[in-house]
Amino acid sequence: MATSQAEFTIGLQCKLCGKIYPKSPVNFCTDDFGPLEVVYDYPAIRANVSRAQIEARPRTMWRYRELLPLDGEPTVGPQVGGTPLIRADRLAKELGVSKLWIKNDAVNFPTLSFKDRVVSVALSKAREFGFKTVGCASTGNLANSVAANAAQAGLEAYVFVPSDLERAKILNTSVYGAKVIAVHGTYDEVNRLCTQVAFKFNWGFVNINLRPFYAEGSKTMGFEIAEDLGWRFPQHVIAPMAGGSLIGKIHKSFEELYKVGLVNEAPRTKMYGAQATGCNPITDAVKTGRDRHKPVRKPNTICKSLAIGDPADGYFSKNLIHTTGGWADDVTDDEIVEGMLLLARTEGIFAETAGGVTIAVARKLLAENRLPRDEEIVLCITGNGLKTQDALEDAVEKPALIKPSLDAFLEVFSGGDMGLAKSYGPAVLV
Amino acid sequence: MSVTVEIPSPMRDLTDGQTRVAAEGATVAAVLADVVTRYPGLRAKLYDGDKLRHYINILVNDEDVRYLDDLDTVVNDGVVVALIPAVAGG
Repeated sequence: MATSQAEFTIGLQCKLCGKIYPKSPVNFCTDDFGPLEVVYDYPAIRANVSRAQIEARPRTMWRYRELLPLDGEPTVGPQVGGTPLIRADRLAKELGVSKLWIKNDAVNFPTLSFKDRVVSVALSKAREFGFKTVGCASTGNLANSVAANAAQAGLEAYVFVPSDLERAKILNTSVYGAKVIAVHGTYDEVNRLCTQVAFKFNWGFVNINLRPFYAEGSKTMGFEIAEDLGWRFPQHVIAPMAGGSLIGKIHKSFEELYKVGLVNEAPRTKMYGAQATGCNPITDAVKTGRDRHKPVRKPNTICKSLAIGDPADGYFSKNLIHTTGGWADDVTDDEIVEGMLLLARTEGIFAETAGGVTIAVARKLLAENRLPRDEEIVLCITGNGLKTQDALEDAVEKPALIKPSLDAFLEVFSGGDMGLAKSYGPAVLV
Repeated sequence: MSVTVEIPSPMRDLTDGQTRVAAEGATVAAVLADVVTRYPGLRAKLYDGDKLRHYINILVNDEDVRYLDDLDTVVNDGVVVALIPAVAGG
């Protein structure tokens, strides 16, 4: 029976034809180019894990290390994860539902998005494989995370992004000393370029040749949700979709907890996907019943972090949504901003535009009766609003500017309710 | 039309190690048919029966053919047709 961490991971397997590959930095099957996924020895893991053992460990994503594909201890991002699962009663009331939770990765460490989970796995693995240089194609959050975690690990980093990315996301990458390559083009063009670069240089690209390992990190978001609910699964989970990987990994995490005996009942969770209308290849495939998503040539949305027109896991996420009995929908830029404001003003959580997408899609699914109001719903917030402030430039009131006198304040206050921003307007007293 | 086809590394053992091979054809479909005639080992990599595999992207001068006329995209003399594995990113 396997008892060491290295033996829990068997290898990689093609999701299309099932061919097994050894643990190596490769992301596709050489027979049919299908995606590779990590395979574990679940019976061995089952014999070596328990709730008590996990609960005794530090509250980081690495408390579930047996279900992550490292051969040894994590050497990058040992403090990632362990973000709060918040009972969101005020938002629930606004949405008209009875049991609502928010998994808040807007406060994930160190770069304020769920990407720290995948990057800590990918870069720990990069070190195991002996890479000295790492890289990624990114819509922003991944760029931040690769740059920061590579800095901490002493790895050289090349980060490729679309040139029209939010200024904050570029600055939050450059600050860590990463080499940032801004490409004139869409994310999909950046991604394709990185595939070509990865073939040419012996670098560890987290979402290319390290992708099977990288993607596993997202499972920890699901492990934490289940553990924080008392080792059980919610009835409904809504997750934003860019490449379509996260939603699948959250569901996989539930299945694994059941397989290794940490949760006794098989998951029956319905999975729901959220996208922006300006880049909706997966939600379109779900809603139209199309077998394969139709790629979006030129995404056009304020939600740049989800602007992947040709999602690598589009096919699998669409199928998952159908097989679990969930649904998917997309929302406009105005609805995204409304979602961001609603979350901020009911729960005090400032999520990035992708969070606005998730909240707004939840509201839409409820309005369409796609989501029941009396069952338990978890909303996944994946990134921090401080990174996408441009989106709110025109949506929030400017502060009232007054002289330091009580009279000046009273003039602005006018007996109104200062709690409502709109009631006092942009009064400027000089 | 005479074009150049870029071969990704996992297919190069089937093209005698060549990274770029010459091919003829008026459309992308014709070019691919010519390539697999010249290098028969590539057929099973590129096609599942008669259908092109889903996880290979085809670019003509850096533009994905799905945004052009797909396999019917007309190719001119001297263009570069690149075959690129699609499972990446996100």
